[in-house]
Amino acid sequence: MRTPSQTVGPFYSIGLCRRTENTLVLPGDPNAVELQGMLLDGEGVPIVDGMIEICDGTRWGRSGTDTEGTFTFLLTKPTAVTGAPHFDVYVFARGLLRHQLTRIYFPDEQQANALDPVFGALEDARRATLVAAGQDGGLRFDIRMQGDRATVFFEH
Amino acid sequence: MQAEETPVVLPDDPTFGTEVQVNYPGYRSTRLRAPDRPLVTMPEELHALQGPVFGEDAVQEADDDLTRQHDGEPLGERIIVTGRVTDEDGHPIRSALIEVWQANSAGRYRHSVEQHPAPLDPNFSGGGRCLTDDEGRYRFVTVKPGSYPWGNHANAWRPAHIHFSVFGRAFTQRLVTQMYFPGDPLFRYDPIFNAVRDPRSRALLVAELDMAVTEPEWALGFRWDIVLGRGGPDTTPLEDA
Repeated sequence: MRTPSQTVGPFYSIGLCRRTENTLVLPGDPNAVELQGMLLDGEGVPIVDGMIEICDGTRWGRSGTDTEGTFTFLLTKPTAVTGAPHFDVYVFARGLLRHQLTRIYFPDEQQANALDPVFGALEDARRATLVAAGQDGGLRFDIRMQGDRATVFFEH
Repeated sequence: MQAEETPVVLPDDPTFGTEVQVNYPGYRSTRLRAPDRPLVTMPEELHALQGPVFGEDAVQEADDDLTRQHDGEPLGERIIVTGRVTDEDGHPIRSALIEVWQANSAGRYRHSVEQHPAPLDPNFSGGGRCLTDDEGRYRFVTVKPGSYPWGNHANAWRPAHIHFSVFGRAFTQRLVTQMYFPGDPLFRYDPIFNAVRDPRSRALLVAELDMAVTEPEWALGFRWDIVLGRGGPDTTPLEDA
């Protein structure tokens, strides 16, 4: 039997944010872009005690949310292994008894996204929740835990 | 005092197995944060990613001894917490990064949003990390954390616990959880602990006092093993492939 999950609680940064780990590129990488997003609860209120981890199979990073509920990564688009380029994403927060799995796809990969076995299998209406948007030369990816525009979360 | 709308703690339900009930009503913060739509199934092979790999540089001197991170020793009951990290088939997880964080012995976290009016300890930060060895073993020295109130409901107190974060080999083996101490009288009142509805599964969150780990005239020892889910096909240990 697996050890069950428990929430990270509000004080996770004591253990998990002792180092800056939100940079997935080498210094000076000309293709690096900033990906920023807000983590939002069922009433659209920013979650200020959340943490996001992203992974593309080669690179990994994490970012706590700040006092505005914002997380930030410096990254480049991954190379697609299967399907369209994407990051697998875990969401942690006070109030989340287990971390949740979602994905970030890229806005300039419409064709590849449509053919992606995971993205392509989603209802049309929900696909947009997994695609980052362009913003000031970088990328924007908000995560909504609940509601009509809730981000798609996967079993894991 | 106003009657609670929902019971803080629900009865045991073994059908949950190893899963925690993410929308557990007694834990108030779940209401606006737990996903309210069914999770979408993803074929396993599509997210059988390798997890991050951490080397020796991930860990520094005294990271695994929370009593030696300052000039003086923290107040409280000195303890040793040790155990093994394995997958469900019993394979040890080597070089797994384990990160811990906890309140001090007075039940106070060193954190800017902490509001409990218990004393900070200038000799205790409450954060640590280590890598498992070739048998999947980890070991921390720390002080026993205190219980503390948390405002979830009237007279809510958390049982003493240490937060654990573990990276397995596969991305899907990621675990964040809490380790509790045996026989804590607050167990029956705590919605976070009881959100694990299956009592057999809940028992896996509780460490055992172990006299073989205990060091005479020095520190009580607790043993707590951690079992991660199975990794993907590419994460089987080489000698078993």
